[in-house]
Amino acid sequence: MQKKEITFTLNGKKVWVEVKPYEKLLDVLRDKLGVKSPKYGCGRGECGACSVLLDGKAIRSCIVYAIEVDGHDVITVEGLQANGLTDLQKSFLAHNSFQCGFCAPGMIIQATELLNENPHPDEEEIREYIAGNLCRCTGYNPIVEAIMDVAKKK
Amino acid sequence: MKELELKYVGHEAVRLDGLEKITGTAKYVDDIDLGPATLYVSILRSPYAHAIIKKIDTSKAEALDGVYAVVTGKDFPYRYGLYLKDNYVFPLDRVRYVGQHVAAVVAATQEIADEAVKLIEIEYEPLPVIQDPLVAIKEDAPLIHPDLGNYEVVPWLYPQPGTNIAHVRKIRKGNVEEAFKEADFILEDWYVVPHVVHAPIETHVSAALYTPDGRLTMWNSSQSPHTQRNIIARSFKMKHKDIRVIAPYVGGGFGGKAGVNMEVVAAACALKVPGHPVKIRYTRKEEFYDTSMRQELHAYIKMGVKKDGTIVALKHQLYWDVGASAEYGSNVVNATGFSAIGPYRIPNVWIDSFAIYTNRPPCGAYRGFGYSEFHFGLESHMDRVAKALGMDPVEFRKKNAIQEGDTVAYGVEMGPTGILKCIDEVAKAIEWGKPSEPPKEPHKVRAKGFAAVWKAPAMPANESSAAFIKFSEDGSINILVSGMELGQGFLTAMAKIAAEELSLPLEKIRVELPDTDRNPYEWQTVASHVTWSCGNAVRRAAIDAREQILDVISRAYYIEKSNLYLEDGKVKCYTKPDFEVPFESFVIDGVQMPDGTYRGGPILGRGSFMPEFTSAKVNPETGQGGHPNVHYTTGAGAVEIEIDTETGRIRVLRMAEAFDAGKAINPDIVKQQITGGFVQGLGTALWEEVKFAEDGRILNPNFTDYKIPTALDVPREMHPIIVEVPQPDGPFGARGIAEHTMIPVMPAVANAVENALGVRIKNPPVTAEKIIKALKEKTV
Repeated sequence: MQKKEITFTLNGKKVWVEVKPYEKLLDVLRDKLGVKSPKYGCGRGECGACSVLLDGKAIRSCIVYAIEVDGHDVITVEGLQANGLTDLQKSFLAHNSFQCGFCAPGMIIQATELLNENPHPDEEEIREYIAGNLCRCTGYNPIVEAIMDVAKKK
Repeated sequence: MKELELKYVGHEAVRLDGLEKITGTAKYVDDIDLGPATLYVSILRSPYAHAIIKKIDTSKAEALDGVYAVVTGKDFPYRYGLYLKDNYVFPLDRVRYVGQHVAAVVAATQEIADEAVKLIEIEYEPLPVIQDPLVAIKEDAPLIHPDLGNYEVVPWLYPQPGTNIAHVRKIRKGNVEEAFKEADFILEDWYVVPHVVHAPIETHVSAALYTPDGRLTMWNSSQSPHTQRNIIARSFKMKHKDIRVIAPYVGGGFGGKAGVNMEVVAAACALKVPGHPVKIRYTRKEEFYDTSMRQELHAYIKMGVKKDGTIVALKHQLYWDVGASAEYGSNVVNATGFSAIGPYRIPNVWIDSFAIYTNRPPCGAYRGFGYSEFHFGLESHMDRVAKALGMDPVEFRKKNAIQEGDTVAYGVEMGPTGILKCIDEVAKAIEWGKPSEPPKEPHKVRAKGFAAVWKAPAMPANESSAAFIKFSEDGSINILVSGMELGQGFLTAMAKIAAEELSLPLEKIRVELPDTDRNPYEWQTVASHVTWSCGNAVRRAAIDAREQILDVISRAYYIEKSNLYLEDGKVKCYTKPDFEVPFESFVIDGVQMPDGTYRGGPILGRGSFMPEFTSAKVNPETGQGGHPNVHYTTGAGAVEIEIDTETGRIRVLRMAEAFDAGKAINPDIVKQQITGGFVQGLGTALWEEVKFAEDGRILNPNFTDYKIPTALDVPREMHPIIVEVPQPDGPFGARGIAEHTMIPVMPAVANAVENALGVRIKNPPVTAEKIIKALKEKTV
């Protein structure tokens, strides 16, 4: 199958990478570019563990083809914290928001998009916004509370 | 127990693994790159639930360019298992469930491996498929394991060759038949709890490298690194020292990553391609089909009571569908057989717990270890009996609640328990007895439901834990253990236990994840027992290190050891207020004496723990005579629900759960265990069920068709409550609570449904469909 070199901005830096037309963004990020925070959980866009920001929007990188991001901007947790922990990360840390931690990067991406779009969401808006990010450990409340704390302080 | 002034244990703290996890730097197995020599694996799976394998032809696959190896049963004709060696590395002559791995291809790229798998030709002869344990247990049922009599098994399990029964645990206490005659009221009924899956967000991942010097290194997403090493060494006939299992963070376990399952496939593949690492990351669909799931239970309960609400007799028969393998699940059957009286004082008990093979995927450990399933029926029954007697269900439970000194089903005395306090606290938090606020819409109804529970760790009598504590030049320590951080806060709990004994701030403590080459032994991180068992080992290691520290300072400064104590990383003296020797000055370098010589040497604490009072030796016909469990943790839970009678949809408005943790090492993390476990239980109460087609295929092997709770489904009001009646042999009095937290949910929801609508659902999940159907039947 024909390979194609694509170029896009990853966490503020331009990257060049050769991809096959059927390769998913998640696999290219993890296996070819060494960015490991997005996780494989389902491969069908159902769990949100692979979420990254594409041009500022949270997307499921397991169902986006890598060639689709040619020329675009991708941010993962590695990029969010380039200048130190974000307020959201600090709040997640203080609330002990995660247990196994596997959903954490995707959850942080999703919550980052939420607060960018709506700096003062109420509890129900937060729950609605993260309802596509599955967590099997926490029961979600420590995650919701951490996001609410940041929203209140903004 | 003496009241101790505790500085770390029982206080809030930021999790030790917090920073790694919120920065995305926490490494899980799939995050480890194994280099350019890595090869790729594709697995061929059985399309049949039950069939004879007549012929496997791998020649075309082997001939494909880029294929390094094709692995089948003939390469590794081994059986393995934790308790009963009934599972095959790869099947030899028959497949027993749809999706069973039959062959694997190792190739240069994933594409080649996927292509080669299609070239493997297998001739099957289909056999009758059995999916119902009540059919499988019949005398004329086709046998799923005709060789059952030849399988190696631990001495306390009793497979029945010539049947589909992998084990039966019996309890006979008192005389139930006589007691039923004297009972004023008897209720008998059946309850069915279906298969559900663990659904950790991280699927199973295993990487393996076999090098020509004879070493096998594995990186596994695992609750059981040492047990995996043990099982793999024994089944592949290797030496333990030649196998190294490294276990980085686990992205959710819930019992599904206990023992061994797909790791044997990775090991087999690696052994065929020396020098090349292989990594297998299961897809979500593979996770459903070929790891393990929770057993299905068909339970018959007959309970006899006196008019005053005293339970006089219980007959509880548990028919467990263990799927195609009972290598681990046989112990679920065993453990629940010993404990199916629930947290109650019952003088006359008859329990039969059967492990029954079917042509469904192998089942095994799942958070709760069978207790969620049997408590569903038992706690539903408790409500029904209470109502028949005209008693309040909470009062009925309190009247019969087991107390310290009462005998449990196998005749041993119950230890200290806070069950009454748990029941009271939950009743208070949920405002039991106070009617629910009327809902805004007329087609909605509200009600509350209650359940009480208990659970013991289910373990071999000689399970054990060990710990090393190493000091560094700056007085900081690394704790080496092989318990696993699954998210439950294990690392933080171990750090606090050591911090307390060594009077060392948490910032100076790291706890290392397991590596069987470097870290000492741990049986497994299961059974909600590591805080207790590994915590005891860490505590002993810390005390050992402290004694070494005090010895050195005593010898170097000529001070009686009894006058020395530790405070904030320094050695101090009761009789000399100014005396102060910081750890960093001597824990590696020693203390220099006036003549220039040194005293001491690197401080290295060692601790190990094994309960020495347990025994699995019991009379197989009565279950009496041994001491199979170390202790029981008790608790209670309640929900308030709202049902939409037009759609059948249930919302849980609020919940309360209380557990007797003995001593909460990390109170905030314990509370999060309670709410997190509740929500996992909520999924099984309302939606979760693996659906099978008649041919054995799974109809919902993904998160679209198999729903787990989201942030929207969670009650907005949650009351997690900690009760502390100390466990005498626990570290600082602690005992486990992690699994227990999901046990009350299914029965509490079903009880609330009956209180709301007057209909009794006896087969969770309590779906909207079942509610509507029950309402229609009621009005007909």
